Amino acid sequence: MIAGLAFYLFAAILIACATMVVTSRNPVHSVLYLILGFFNAAGLFLLAGAEFLAMILVIVYVGAVAVLFLFVVMMLDIDFAKMREGFQRYAPFGAVVGGILFLELLMVMGTWQFSGDAAELRLSPVPGGVSNTVALGRVLYTDYVFLFQIAGLILLVAMMGAIVLTLRERPGTRRQVIEDQLAREGKVEILSVPSGKGIRELGIYRPLPKPEPAPKQVSHGHGHGHDDHGHGGHH
Amino acid sequence: MEWKLALPEIALAISALIILVAGVIPKRDTSFGVTMASLGALLLAGGLTLAQGEGSAFGGQYVADSFSTFMKLLAIAGAALGLMLALDWNTKQGIARFEFPILVLLATIGMMVMISANDLMALYMGLELLSLPLYVLAAFHRDSGRATEAGLKYFILGSLASGLLLYGASLVYGFAGTTNFDRLADAFSAQQGISAGVVVGIVFIIAALCFKISAVPFHMWTPDVYEGAPTPVTAFFASAPKVAAVALLTRVLAGPFGDTVAQWQQVIVLVSLLSMVMGAFAALGQRNIKRLMAYSSIGHIGFTLMGLAVGGESGLRGVLVYMAIYLFMNLGTFAVLVAMRRDGRALEGIDDLAGLGRTDPGMALAMAIFMFSMAGVPPMAGFFGKLYVLLPAIEQGFWVLAVVGVLSSVVSAYYYLRVIKVMYFDAPVGAFDARPAAVSVVLAGTGLFTGFMFLFPAPILAAARSAVVAILGAG
Repeated sequence: MIAGLAFYLFAAILIACATMVVTSRNPVHSVLYLILGFFNAAGLFLLAGAEFLAMILVIVYVGAVAVLFLFVVMMLDIDFAKMREGFQRYAPFGAVVGGILFLELLMVMGTWQFSGDAAELRLSPVPGGVSNTVALGRVLYTDYVFLFQIAGLILLVAMMGAIVLTLRERPGTRRQVIEDQLAREGKVEILSVPSGKGIRELGIYRPLPKPEPAPKQVSHGHGHGHDDHGHGGHH
Repeated sequence: MEWKLALPEIALAISALIILVAGVIPKRDTSFGVTMASLGALLLAGGLTLAQGEGSAFGGQYVADSFSTFMKLLAIAGAALGLMLALDWNTKQGIARFEFPILVLLATIGMMVMISANDLMALYMGLELLSLPLYVLAAFHRDSGRATEAGLKYFILGSLASGLLLYGASLVYGFAGTTNFDRLADAFSAQQGISAGVVVGIVFIIAALCFKISAVPFHMWTPDVYEGAPTPVTAFFASAPKVAAVALLTRVLAGPFGDTVAQWQQVIVLVSLLSMVMGAFAALGQRNIKRLMAYSSIGHIGFTLMGLAVGGESGLRGVLVYMAIYLFMNLGTFAVLVAMRRDGRALEGIDDLAGLGRTDPGMALAMAIFMFSMAGVPPMAGFFGKLYVLLPAIEQGFWVLAVVGVLSSVVSAYYYLRVIKVMYFDAPVGAFDARPAAVSVVLAGTGLFTGFMFLFPAPILAAARSAVVAILGAG
């Protein structure tokens, strides 16, 4: 009874979230709805007894993928109003495509038959009295450990390939040398700045960011000093 | 779990990881040390392969027999010689980075996994582990437009081939119910008629593997990629991965699909015919020697597939002997190509070889040996390679294959002999830069093998025979 209620609750929220991901005007809201949707899908997995998949969904999709989406959406400078311009024009065509898909789904539903032992196969993910985490682990790390390790090597190659083909060590880039930063003395001071008053008016020295001079013309020590002051004022 | 059986692969993987860490930590250029360490790792893997026992491991996904030992030693030798060719070239081209040898090592692991694969999944994983480093290596000279184009072209077409392979494997799995080679063989030997789904699946798998060995009609990428990629990378492409892919094709067709021979034999016959004809005629007009070698390798793959099409113990032995000879004479030819450098600039034209007989008699002699061998002139090794695939073809009554093979061999002799004519009878255009020592070593080793194999053919023939017995007995 409670499980049934929980199922319908999770499912309803999941569908509502999915709708909002597509329809909400603000892309950041879309991503947040997506995260909520992931949590509800994880809840459904839990109800089905697949606790490992539920946790993986939360950790991988919410923890990594969705947060990455959020960063990308916030950082990319996309004019979403412009993207929506053609909506009116393309809506009829989209509706036709969606309608055909829906009809096809209806036809599939009409002729669909569950196989006889589907009811037994469903919702019985635990083989032989171990939790499904153990069962999955046995499959991945015992039965298919060979293929699993090769997959790991393939991913390593992909990472190396990306670095080999794209990483360029440009000369003249100013790297942050943490040892130098920590070793300097007498240049860092902490000042309390009343909020609402610009640091420039208060006379706390922080040189305005100058337009970046060409690397060849600037003397090394001079530029370095300015950078230090900038950091100091900031803290 | 007999994981110790896969010790060569495991040792090579662990050494690759250690070398990667050791190469990335120092802030200076470590490419020379990393190359030396990689050669050592390959040597270690070769020794472990020789000492490897027989049997299967990982629930039947991995198999080690004398076939895998034979092919793995060839693949490792190809990788090691390729690395030696790249050592000096990369420095002179300004692309000496320590990732190069490590990518070669990882590709070698992929080849070894392919050769030992006894399951469609292991087959695919090995193929991907081989292909991905090759895509990166093709584009390794990233500031060169041609190399980038080669890498991109190879990547896109290679991904298509992987898709074909997966589609074929899924069809075979769907209709046979297993991905394990032994159980597939059982399933096909029990069935009276083979279902159409399995046949389509086999054809897809053959197509994908034919892409990897650049057999016609899946060869379109070969000339462009061979021309665009850095020469040592081309040398590596043309040798070791072909050995691994031919080994895989042999194992798949002779093992699990051995009882469906009527279904795939005609495909292999057709591919073999087309490859031999294409390799002979398309190379005639080439001015760039790397493109010439690309078409030449297509022709040689056609000969190899002739042995596979004929099948049986003698046919498959011909395949193995041909691959062994092809590997060494091909790497030797590429050693000459790597040494073609005048005033610091790498050269690729056939005309640039003019007068080599007078400016560098030693290298000209080696190149002449390789060209005669490729043309199939006795007593060079290449003649015996062709002999051991043509004889079974005639014995088994594959007259069309044999006749086309001989005719295409005659046509291809024209462009091989033209190289020799340019070297010895054209006016010199100036000497090449001094040869690096590693290239000289490769030249001498492969030249001696190619020139004097006819004196000691017994060990190779015996090893190839026992390898074939192992694979046919298993199937």
